[in-house]
Amino acid sequence: MSQLPKPDTVQLRAKYPDVFERPASARLATPAMIVALLAIFVLGLVDLDFSPSKLISGVSQLGWITMMMIPPNPGSSFPLYMQALGETLSIALLGTTLAAVLALPVSLLAARNIIPSNLIRFPVRRFLDSIRGVDTLIWALVWINVVGLGPFAGVLAIMVSDFGAFGKLFSEAIEAADRKQVEGIRASGGNALHEIRFGLLPQVLPVIAGQVLYFIESNTRSATIIGIVGAGGIGLQLAEQIRVLEWQKVSFLILMILIAVAAIDFISGKLRFAIIGQRAVA
Amino acid sequence: MATAVSILPAQQLAVLNEAYRQAVARKRLKAMLAAAAFCAVLLVAAVGAEVNLHTLFSYFGNFVGYFDRILTLDSGARVWTSPAEWFWGWKKWLRMLGETLLISYVGTLIGAVLAFALNFLAAQNTSPSAWLRFTVRRLLEFARTVPGIVFALIFVIAFGLGPMAGVLAIAIHSTGALGKLFAEIVENADMKPVEGIRSTGASWLSCMRFAVLPQVLTGYASYALLRFEINVREASVMGFVGAGGIGQEFVVAIRKFYYSDVSAILVTIIVTVFIIDISTGWLRARLFGKETRR
Repeated sequence: MSQLPKPDTVQLRAKYPDVFERPASARLATPAMIVALLAIFVLGLVDLDFSPSKLISGVSQLGWITMMMIPPNPGSSFPLYMQALGETLSIALLGTTLAAVLALPVSLLAARNIIPSNLIRFPVRRFLDSIRGVDTLIWALVWINVVGLGPFAGVLAIMVSDFGAFGKLFSEAIEAADRKQVEGIRASGGNALHEIRFGLLPQVLPVIAGQVLYFIESNTRSATIIGIVGAGGIGLQLAEQIRVLEWQKVSFLILMILIAVAAIDFISGKLRFAIIGQRAVA
Repeated sequence: MATAVSILPAQQLAVLNEAYRQAVARKRLKAMLAAAAFCAVLLVAAVGAEVNLHTLFSYFGNFVGYFDRILTLDSGARVWTSPAEWFWGWKKWLRMLGETLLISYVGTLIGAVLAFALNFLAAQNTSPSAWLRFTVRRLLEFARTVPGIVFALIFVIAFGLGPMAGVLAIAIHSTGALGKLFAEIVENADMKPVEGIRSTGASWLSCMRFAVLPQVLTGYASYALLRFEINVREASVMGFVGAGGIGQEFVVAIRKFYYSDVSAILVTIIVTVFIIDISTGWLRARLFGKETRR
């Protein structure tokens, strides 16, 4: 077996200095980052009152709670829970639809290819951003103060927080649309509204429909939790049963939520594929 | 220059027009039916959710009035005329805000580490056995589907009131979400390096460490940062159920009708979320930028 010639390391070092002698800053960057991450982590543990004894007693409590949850049992309140679940689904559907209807015109104002002027677009975008920055639960609390406890506050909370998200997503879909069809409409003598209706909407509607369906899906989850602050639906029941420590009912409610979410996932997945299927394949 | 547009003879045109009309009519009918079905579902939903347009319109003034009130100080002046009075509790709020950020940081880190430990078991191409993959996947799905705040409600009872319950709730929810995303990255990884390492006789652990990990690490970091951003929002409401953070202050202000405090805390939260969004976005761009430059 022939030996390879011994590499001339001196020459190689001279030729590729950045491989052999990386500067100290580059070599130390990764360990320094890890140390910093860990330091903040430890600081956090201390500041947030983590203690091993608390953790152990909590875990044993949790184990006990889990034992109490089995088997899931709704007692005599099953019809009530089904009604609450229906309420939750209604909240998600209505809130998302209203948000989409309201967001469509606003998203036109936030799209660069419709409103070239920064003067309008910028405030509209910041407005949408700040709505999105506030959590659905916070909106629920605000609406409860306005229209009172109940599912209606939940609908309005989901509507407002989705309005911000939709405004952004729709305007991005509109910006991604093809100019050519709009120009075609203009060339045949259409006015600005015609351009939007016949040139733009046919392109963006399938995208928007897909996004709306996806949000209905994810809002089923949000709608389950806004009940915790009193805005109706199954979350209200869940929070109540947790507070009175009826663990079998709690596990039954969680199971119901999981099944409902899975069912909605399945249905909206099918629908989404039916609406934008060809587009996704093409 | 005038160009003649050729027009077909009337007979031929009538046939074509008829076919077109039929095709369009069928499509319209379908769309109308779908719209009608959707409206019917909406109507049922409206009854189910106790929507009352009358309440909405009669209370809509309240909504505007509410914002009017939260933007007014006790003295009757607008809040922005006297920022010192508006943000009178800034020391306490900033501390709670810091606590919120710490909750989401610690929760994200624990979640990311757990997800990291589990994701190789959940990915199709690296999982050592099918039943292990199935179990881990179901576990992650459970952690992801149950909302974080429900975990928080239960943990508050098990671990007592305070930020610890919030951290653990966020950690579990993040484990579920990140575990799925991480596993998807691994499934998209190139398997040739794995074969190379395995052919040298390496164990499963070494295969993961030297073949898969170098490919997926930036993706992991990017998703973890994104999750941190989401968790900051999540942590800001954990206080609603007593699990620490600024949510506690907020819910007190809202329930006790301390109007100007509500707007002050809202502004604090919004600004923080903005700053976190922008800085993680910048950090992610840097991480990915480094990757593409190589």
